[in-house]
Amino acid sequence: MGAMWTVFRKEVLENLRDRRVIVSAFFFGVLLAPVIFGLTTTMVSKRAVANQDKPLNLPIAGATYAPNLVQFLRENGVKVEDVELTSDQAMDAVRSGQQDMVLLIAEDYGKALQAGESAPLSLVVDTSNSNTSPSADRARQLLSAYGHQLAVLRLMVRGINPTVIEPVGVHTLDVATPAGRSLLILGMMTYFCFMSMLVGGFYLAIDTTAGERERGSLEPLLTLPVSRSQLIVGKMLATSAFMSVSLLLTLATFGVVLTFIPLEALGMSANFGPRVILAIFAIMITFVPMGAGLMTVVASFTRSNREAQSWLSVVMMFPIAPIMFAVVTGTKPSAGLMAVPSLNQHLIATSLMRGDSIPALHVLICAGTTLALGALLVGVAIRLYQREAILG
Amino acid sequence: MIQVDGLKKRFGAVQALQDVSFSAGDGKITGLLGHNGAGKSTTLRILSTVIRANEGRALIDGHDCSTDPLAVRRSLGVLPHASGLYAHLSGRENIRYYGELHGLRGAELNRSIDRLVERLALGAVAERRAKGYSQGERLKVGLARALIHRPQTIILDEPTNGLDVNAVRMLRELIRELRDSGRCVLFSSHVMQEVAALCDDIVIISHGRVVVRGTPAEILKATGAPDLEEAFVRAADQGEVA
Repeated sequence: MGAMWTVFRKEVLENLRDRRVIVSAFFFGVLLAPVIFGLTTTMVSKRAVANQDKPLNLPIAGATYAPNLVQFLRENGVKVEDVELTSDQAMDAVRSGQQDMVLLIAEDYGKALQAGESAPLSLVVDTSNSNTSPSADRARQLLSAYGHQLAVLRLMVRGINPTVIEPVGVHTLDVATPAGRSLLILGMMTYFCFMSMLVGGFYLAIDTTAGERERGSLEPLLTLPVSRSQLIVGKMLATSAFMSVSLLLTLATFGVVLTFIPLEALGMSANFGPRVILAIFAIMITFVPMGAGLMTVVASFTRSNREAQSWLSVVMMFPIAPIMFAVVTGTKPSAGLMAVPSLNQHLIATSLMRGDSIPALHVLICAGTTLALGALLVGVAIRLYQREAILG
Repeated sequence: MIQVDGLKKRFGAVQALQDVSFSAGDGKITGLLGHNGAGKSTTLRILSTVIRANEGRALIDGHDCSTDPLAVRRSLGVLPHASGLYAHLSGRENIRYYGELHGLRGAELNRSIDRLVERLALGAVAERRAKGYSQGERLKVGLARALIHRPQTIILDEPTNGLDVNAVRMLRELIRELRDSGRCVLFSSHVMQEVAALCDDIVIISHGRVVVRGTPAEILKATGAPDLEEAFVRAADQGEVA
C-alpha cells in the first residue's frame, strides 16, 4: 500500500511540473471547451431573441389597392413600407437580398374581393435564406389570419356558422419543459466532459508507461522491492486523479459560463445548480477507472511515446461515439442502455439537467457496469505489466 | 554474494544465454567482460530480477532470483545502463523516491540521503532538477539512488560509458570503498583496461557462454596470453569456435 501511494505522489508531482501536461490536460477541458460552448450558444440565442423582438418590415407594392388589409397588418405590428415594384423587380430585389420579402397586391385585388372571388396576393420570399424565413413565416401567418377573418365574416353574413369551414380544430399542446428544449445544446456538454476526462489523463497514461520505458527509467524501477501490480496501480491512480480534477474543473467552469448565457431568452432553462453539478460529477466519475485502464492498456502495448500518442488519439473516439449517436438520434434512457458505458453517463447526466426523475435501478446498472468494466481493464493492465515484453 | 549456475535464456529465436555460471564473492570486485551482444546485459537483467531465466539458477545473498525476487531486490542495488532519472524531479527527490520504494521513511530516510549527498559531493546539484544534469552528475545521483538502502550486492551496467576522467576516478574510488566495506560488486564492461584496473575477479563471456573466469593472473595463465588485452581477444575467439 505504501509503495502504491509513493508512486502515486511522485507521478502527480512530476506531471504537475511538466508545463506541457498542464496545458494539454487542463487548458482544453477547463477553458477551451466551455468558452467555445458559451460563444456558440450565446450567438444562437442572441439571434433568436433579435428575430422575435424585431417588428416585421413588410414592403408592399400596390398598397393603395387594399387599404383594409394594410390597416389589419399595421394593427398587428407590421411596419408597412410602400414600394413601387413590378413583380419581376420584386423577385430580383428578394433574390439579391435587397429586400427580405415583398408583398405584391394586384390592381384587380379589390374587384375580385367585391365579386367574392379569391383575391390574388403574392408574397415574394427566399426560403433558402434561413435569416429571413422566420419573418416570412410571420407574414404568411398574418395574411392567412386576415383571409380567415374575411371568410368568417362572409359566412356570418350568409347566416352560416363559421365553424363549418373548420371541420377539425387542431390545438397544439407544447409539453416541452424549458429545460428539455435546451437538451440538444446541453447534450454537447457531456461530450465535453468525456473529452476533458480523457484529455486530462492522456499524458499521464502515456508518460507513466511508454514514456518511462523510453527514457530508460522503467528497468531500474522494476529492480526495487515493490510488486509490479503496486507500481502500475499507483500510476493508474495518478492518471485517475488528473482525470477527476479535469472533470470537476470543467463542470465548475460550465456552471459559471451558463450563468452568463441568456438561455431563458431561447425558451430554455438550464438546470445546472451546484447540486446538479455534483450529481453529474458523481455519475461521470465512475467512468474514470475505465478510462484510465483503457488508456494505460493501450499505452503499455506501444513501443514509444509517439506511437502511444497516435494510438490513444484513436482510442479516445470510442467512448465518445455512443454519445454522438445519442445526441443525433435523441435516444431515450432505458435499463438496457444503462449497460453501455459512456452512453449511460450521458443519458443520466442529461436527465439530471432536464430535471427528470431517474430510476435508482438505472443509476445502479450504470455505475455497476462501468465500474466492472473499469476493474476488468485495470486487471488487464496489471497482467500486461507482469510480462517481460513490457521492457520493450 | 552472487552465485550463478547454468543460466539459459531465449528471446524468440535468439538463444541469448547458452550456459552462464560464475560466482562473485563479498568484499570483491568482479568484472563481467564481453563484446556487445555477448550476453552481459541479459545476465545482469536476470540477476536484477527484471526478467527470468529459462533454465539454471541465480542466487543473490542466498535468495533465488526466480522464486524470491522481492528478497533479492531488497539486498540488491542496481545502476542501470541508462541513468533513468526523472527529469522533472530534483536529485534529492529522485533519491528519495527510490528510498521510499525501499520502505525507508522519515528521519532514517533523510539521514541516508544526507549521507550519500555528502559522500558523493552532490551539494547544490541535489537541489536542482535532473533535466540539466551533466553525465557525471547523472551518474552520481544514479549511484546515490542505487545505494540508498545500503545494499549488500551492487550491480553496475557499463557505468563508465561516456564519462570524463574525473567522473571515472570518482567512480573507481567509490567502487573500491564499497568492496573494502565487504560488499559484493559486479560490473559489466566491454573495455578490458577498465576491468583490469579495478577487478579482483574477471568473468569473460562470449556468445552466451562463460569462456574464462578467475583472477587476472589465472586468466593470463589459462589463455597463455602476454597481457589481459590479448587474453580477452583470445578468450572471445575461443567462444566463437565453441
